[in-house]
Amino acid sequence: MTYVSTTPANNGVNTEALIGARGAFAETPVAAQFTFKSTCDWIEGTYNRNSISGYFGLGQEHERKRTFSIESDHPEVFAAADRAPTPTEIVLAALASCLTGGVAAVAQHRGIQLHSVRATVEGDIDVQGILGMDPEIRNGFSAIRVSFEIDADASDEDIRALVAQSQKRSAVFDIVTNPTNVAVTVA
Amino acid sequence: MRRIHTVIIGAGQAGLAMSYCLQQRAVPHVLLERGKVANSWATERWDSLRLLTPNWQSRLPGCTYAGSDPDGFMDMAGIVGFLDGYAAAISAPVEPQTSVTSVSSLGDGYRVTTDKGIWACRNLVLASGACNRAHVPSCAAALPGHIDQLSPLDYRNPSQLRAGSVLVVGASATGVQLAAEVRAAGHEVTLAAGQHIRMPRHYCGRDIQWWMEQSGLLATTTGEIDDLARARAVPSLQLVGDPDAQFLDLNALQRSGVEVVGRLAGIRDGEALFSGGLANAAMLSDLKMNRTLATFDIWADEAEIDSLAPPERFPATEVPASPTLRLDLMRKQISTVIWATGFRPDFSWLHLPVFDRKGRLVHSDGLVAPGLYVLGLPFLRTRKSSLIDGVGADAAALADHLVQFTGRQVA
Repeated sequence: MTYVSTTPANNGVNTEALIGARGAFAETPVAAQFTFKSTCDWIEGTYNRNSISGYFGLGQEHERKRTFSIESDHPEVFAAADRAPTPTEIVLAALASCLTGGVAAVAQHRGIQLHSVRATVEGDIDVQGILGMDPEIRNGFSAIRVSFEIDADASDEDIRALVAQSQKRSAVFDIVTNPTNVAVTVA
Repeated sequence: MRRIHTVIIGAGQAGLAMSYCLQQRAVPHVLLERGKVANSWATERWDSLRLLTPNWQSRLPGCTYAGSDPDGFMDMAGIVGFLDGYAAAISAPVEPQTSVTSVSSLGDGYRVTTDKGIWACRNLVLASGACNRAHVPSCAAALPGHIDQLSPLDYRNPSQLRAGSVLVVGASATGVQLAAEVRAAGHEVTLAAGQHIRMPRHYCGRDIQWWMEQSGLLATTTGEIDDLARARAVPSLQLVGDPDAQFLDLNALQRSGVEVVGRLAGIRDGEALFSGGLANAAMLSDLKMNRTLATFDIWADEAEIDSLAPPERFPATEVPASPTLRLDLMRKQISTVIWATGFRPDFSWLHLPVFDRKGRLVHSDGLVAPGLYVLGLPFLRTRKSSLIDGVGADAAALADHLVQFTGRQVA
């Protein structure tokens, strides 16, 4: 570290609790098995709504204090009513959120005080893929770019290291950069 | 420069069928063949390959299979002999060992430059085949240099392969046949399967080709198809020319010890990455097979076909609960990757503005441009256009067009 800190950094991340959890999971790894869930109901057209409440972890089901809602739709150029972001934008948002949360956590752990963090994400899609026009064009993003603007009490090099470590430990970064088996069934 | 009414490039089944049709219509022509008759069959196929169509279906204009095994499947020597015999029987005017190096416009016709001189012609028929080049995905460039890469055009038999595990990419007829053969030779084999089409060799006691022909499926024309580009890119059925091999599908391969994984998504840091969508690819394949069999059932019922076994359905494709997503090429000791990822025709010598932005030849039912025709491509005019049994009707139709528009006179 090349900076000098006089007061402890406070980014609002309880790293001590997280480090404590690491110790607990090392002793009972089964408690580290989490299952996250979302339930999506079709509303109309491409408009639908996810409800997110319960999850499984620490060996049991958990119910949140409130149910979160994420809606999705398509813009008017796709002949939809544009009532909510597209699923692809939600994926970009999830990536940005995961990396940004990771930057805060890593900064806290490294004693770096953050003042502002902004991630801007862009994803390129050739929609000929999803329209079935060309089998050589993939449905998903051909490229994703994330750009961070970070104001922190740290050197440029340390900030770059923060962002690098955040990617290294990001669930969503892993999800979008590596294949995952997906099972889709009809009940 | 020699002048002739019509030049046919290629003396395989397509060129020979066209030659027969032009002779019938008294059109002077010549066939330019880079090697000898049936050259691709003779020199660019693996040793164990047999036709996917039974012998009775080896029909060309003026010629039917006359051997003693109508339900058998020709090996490569068999099909070369069959086409040699056809060429002799119809006295096809073949100029062998003549490679076309360039085709360009010349007045109302074409100039065909070869390594044996130049021809000028009014009409030109491209019959050089649909499988001249093996298509290999761009991620092949990321494979470590110590791994051998083979295309089906290079592969002959397992004795070519170094010791080690083999990754076969692609699960159409080529991929499943090579995976089975390489596995039987004792190699560990991983098969990357994207979109594929499962089909039984026999259904209700008849060869699947009998069903496809009799039910009218093979006669489907371009006009009956909504998305022709897609129909032309459909992978070959998972079949092998062996009456005892009812299925050469992902189930059969897994029973023989082949590990099945999803479509190859990329190669990165010495690892092959596979799609997590294998289960869906297998599901789509089963749905497609069952839809096809259902259309056969309906047809047989309406046509009141006697002596058929009752309709049957087959167990679903089983895929691993968690297919491998990442394969460490070094740790798995992969020594060879076989790219069974499709074929493309080679028209690199065709210097005419007849290609789309992706380099594909643009044609309408085989008519490319005035006086320029093509034969033998997938779904050229009908679903059976790329079959030996399908090229004859295409040749006859294009020969009729040719005579109608340019007559029979020498250019």
